[in-house]
Amino acid sequence: MMTFKEIIAKLPYAKPFLFVDEILEVNENGISGTYTFDKNHDFYKGHFKNNPVTPGVILTESMAQIGLVSFGIYLMNESGESIDEIQIALTSSEIDFYKPIFPGEKVIVKSQKEYFRFNKLKCKVEMFNLNEELVCRGKIAGMIATKKLK
Amino acid sequence: MSDKIEMIDELKILIKPYIQDEEAYKNLHEDTDFIEDLKINSANLVDIILDIEDKYDIDIDNDSMDKMLSVKAALEIIKIKVAEK
Repeated sequence: MMTFKEIIAKLPYAKPFLFVDEILEVNENGISGTYTFDKNHDFYKGHFKNNPVTPGVILTESMAQIGLVSFGIYLMNESGESIDEIQIALTSSEIDFYKPIFPGEKVIVKSQKEYFRFNKLKCKVEMFNLNEELVCRGKIAGMIATKKLK
Repeated sequence: MSDKIEMIDELKILIKPYIQDEEAYKNLHEDTDFIEDLKINSANLVDIILDIEDKYDIDIDNDSMDKMLSVKAALEIIKIKVAEK
C-alpha cells in the first residue's frame, strides 16, 4: 500500500493550485484529508473586495483533489495500474454550500466511493471545519486514467 | 425484428438523460454514434453502461465497454451478455 505522502507526491498539482496538505485515512471505500487555506492566496484579494472568503469553486477544487484525485491514485495503485502519468478530468460536480471558509481556516474532506468503473470515479464528498460543522457537501465525478483520455 | 425495435426503444429511454443533441436523438437509428452524433461525453457513457447493466442484469467488461460506441454495437453486446446469463 502507498503511504499518504506517496499519494500526495503523485498528485498532478503544484502551488498555487495544490489544495491538499495531508491524507488522514484511505481504504477501498473512501478517503479523508485536510487542507489549510493559506492567507496569502491571490484570490482573497478579489473575493471579495475587503472581505476575503474562500470561493466555492476553490472549496470544490479541494474536495476534488482530496476526495477524487488522491483517492483515485490510491485505487489505481491498489488495482495494479501504473500511476506514473495519470490523466484526470473533472466531469461533474453538484455541491451545496453551508458555511463560509475564511483565510487561514483548516478543513477536513471526507469522500465515499459511489463507484469506480471504466475509469470513472464518482464519490459523495463532504467538507467540515474544525468545529466539525458541515461546510459543503455533494457529488463529484471524474475520469482518471494512465492513457490519453478521449 | 420487433425485438430489435423494442430494444432500441428501451435504449432510447436509458440514454435520454445524457444526450446533448436533441435532433440526433429524435432521429436515433442503429448507426447512431453515442459520442459523435448524440454528443455524449465519455463520463456519461459510463453512466449509460452502468444503467444498461442494471436494466438487463448483466456485467459489461472493459473490452465490451470500449466497443459500445454506437446503438448497433450496444445492442449486439447486450444480446451476447443476456444470452450468456
